[in-house]
Amino acid sequence: MAIDITQFHETFFEESFEGLDIMESGLLNLDIGAADNDTVNAIFRAAHSIKGGSATFGFSEVAEFTHGMETLLDEMRDGSRDVTQESVDTLLQSVDCLREMLGASRDKTPIDLERAEALKKELEKILSSDNNSIKSPSENDESKNTAPASESSGRDGWEIKFKPYHDMLRTGNDPVRMFRELAELGDLSVEIDISQLPALEDLDPEESYLSWKLTLKADVEKEKVKEIFEWVEDECDIEFNELSAATDKADNPANVMATATTAPPQTTDNSKKTAAPKKAATSTDSASIRVSIDKVDALINMVGELVITQSMIGQLDCDLDEFDNNRMEKLRDGLTLLERNTRELQESVMRIRMLPISFAFNRFPRMVHDLCQKLNKKIELKTTGEQTELDKTVMEKIGDPLVHLVRNSIDHGIEMPEERVAADKPETGIIELNAFHKGGNIIIEIKDDGAGFNKERIKAKAVERGLISSDEQLSDEKIYDLLFQPGFSTAEQLSDISGRGVGMDVVRRNIRELGGNIDVSSEMGKGTTFTIRLPLTLAILDGQLVCVGSEIYITPLVSIVESLQIKKEFVNNIAGQTELYKVRDDYIPIVRMHNIFGIDAEQKNLEGGLLVIVEGDGKKAGLLVDDLLGQQQVVIKSLETNYKRVDGVSGATILGDGTVALILDVDGLIELSRNPPTSGNTSTNQVREVA
Amino acid sequence: MASILAVDDSASMRQMVSFALKNAGHNVVEAVDGVDGLKAAKANKVNLVITDVNMPNMDGIALIKELRNLPDYKFTPILMLTTESAPHKKQEGKEAGATGWIVKPFDPDQLLATINKVLG
Repeated sequence: MAIDITQFHETFFEESFEGLDIMESGLLNLDIGAADNDTVNAIFRAAHSIKGGSATFGFSEVAEFTHGMETLLDEMRDGSRDVTQESVDTLLQSVDCLREMLGASRDKTPIDLERAEALKKELEKILSSDNNSIKSPSENDESKNTAPASESSGRDGWEIKFKPYHDMLRTGNDPVRMFRELAELGDLSVEIDISQLPALEDLDPEESYLSWKLTLKADVEKEKVKEIFEWVEDECDIEFNELSAATDKADNPANVMATATTAPPQTTDNSKKTAAPKKAATSTDSASIRVSIDKVDALINMVGELVITQSMIGQLDCDLDEFDNNRMEKLRDGLTLLERNTRELQESVMRIRMLPISFAFNRFPRMVHDLCQKLNKKIELKTTGEQTELDKTVMEKIGDPLVHLVRNSIDHGIEMPEERVAADKPETGIIELNAFHKGGNIIIEIKDDGAGFNKERIKAKAVERGLISSDEQLSDEKIYDLLFQPGFSTAEQLSDISGRGVGMDVVRRNIRELGGNIDVSSEMGKGTTFTIRLPLTLAILDGQLVCVGSEIYITPLVSIVESLQIKKEFVNNIAGQTELYKVRDDYIPIVRMHNIFGIDAEQKNLEGGLLVIVEGDGKKAGLLVDDLLGQQQVVIKSLETNYKRVDGVSGATILGDGTVALILDVDGLIELSRNPPTSGNTSTNQVREVA
Repeated sequence: MASILAVDDSASMRQMVSFALKNAGHNVVEAVDGVDGLKAAKANKVNLVITDVNMPNMDGIALIKELRNLPDYKFTPILMLTTESAPHKKQEGKEAGATGWIVKPFDPDQLLATINKVLG
């Protein structure tokens, strides 16, 4: 029964891309001239696996290309070739090329063979260079393989003299197996020679004492017969004699030993392979995720407990008429347990989506290496907290902003080596990537010890762009905020690496879309730190339910600072418009929720009302609400997917009683309260209709 | 039906080998490297071991040597998965006690044909 091997393609691609990452980071870590053996071995193994897999699964171009890399790495591994910058660079480029080839194979698009050819030539050039004059073993072997003497037909068969050495059985080879195989080729007669058999008391049952004369009556090629004995050719004396009228062409054992297996030839016809789309292949673009067994086990464990709880509650329902206090108690216990199980189950499921942030960090060593070469800078990249876990979707979306920030640091942050020396700094700049958990968030820091931002220059630029007026007094925070304005770039000269003026605004927008934010702190001459704060997951939110009129809204717990009852004497009016509330030394604008959402509220007077003080994007505001309800975790449903984007609302959820509640977007609300939309509250009214 | 241990660090190869063997009605125990394989071999007495050669932690050659030292695996057939470009590995494997080898690339049918020979 034929097995469709395309079903293994997805796994193959997945592990191959992982292998490429291992190769890349390994190559970047190799010390030229004094390479660490374990690292070279790991790189070799990755290449070897990709080659083996691609050959097996029918990607012959990939296999062929990887062969050159593997050969070079093999020589590095056994010490017959030095690790040079040239070979490392060529291997790195080959890794890139291989990544593209694999990507094209996966997407079933044509492979760019030109680039592969060019790199293959380069690899061959390195391989044929002086460092080792010995031909690679594979080539030696192949020349051996290609010389099977074609036997003339017309023979009667073969006489085989087979005398295993004493220890042949110890490799698990059974003579009977070989005889059985021989018998499949034709008529076989077996003569046994027991002359070497010792007396019973001297017999070691683990040794072989017998020898055989086998007569095979079949017109088959010698290679076929020899193949059967291939595995034991070093563990026996064997002779093959052709059974024909006169000549006995004795084959001496030494000859037999020299022959190796002839594997099926690899096809090298590139065009044929790429042109024919593999129909049976299933779609490979479904995103998959690798989950450690621990997480799955925890999940199974949790489900087990849920089942126990269920059966515990199930036992109670036998007779509802006699529902006494005792049962009530048990039911309550059961429900408490159920609640705990549900929460733990939910946490375990969420954990499945979590990946270590090293997935996002891994691309940076290469990027730093490449850009340093291009810019002639010296930069060391340090990462900490690579094991910090983050939701897969958040991870995917944070990748590009991170790349942008790191590029900026390399290009504009870190100075040229000579400038650094002149400024009394070490020649090699340092870029740090740190990730850690803080509260319900994950914090990612991108820190460099470069030149830092020149605040005056930022201001001058902002004035030039008309973003601010020249006499405006700005706090540091405000100045750095300018960096995130669309079309703002401080770089004197645009380079092709960064500084095209697009980006920082996009960076911030992307991060905000993920429910996070970004801060900058910088010191002239000392360096810059970007701090990104992201929620751990996008799917669930810890929320405080608040009530305004007949509506229930959910305020993210992370953004709530405190809640208090309004005292009239702390309310201040400015210019009759904005109401401010004095909390200790802070004046906080009051946001009347019913106004923003255009609904009727019970509490329209500030006096005695409830104020929920929230913080978002560095700004605080007090939300006037009717009542505080409970706190609970809510599952976020996208409003944009189901309806459309609405200012001040980040999503919706379904409450325990089945009603829909809107989740407040605190940043948006604060913004909205400062600049109320001119055309009334149409959008929010629409939302209410939906809700 | 036999009980077979498949050792390979490559998930796709392991999947393919395992699928082919299970499809043919065998019991399959999987292991990801030599160390894992040795542990699995001790925990389950299998009738046949199929192992890759290049693996992290403990390679196939070392695994074969270890297995041959176990009384249970003195005569158990052990096949190694090797590539054509590594003939010296075959030699090394034989010296370590391998029964034979299957040359990569192979397809599931070739694999089954070979193991059927060994299992008899």
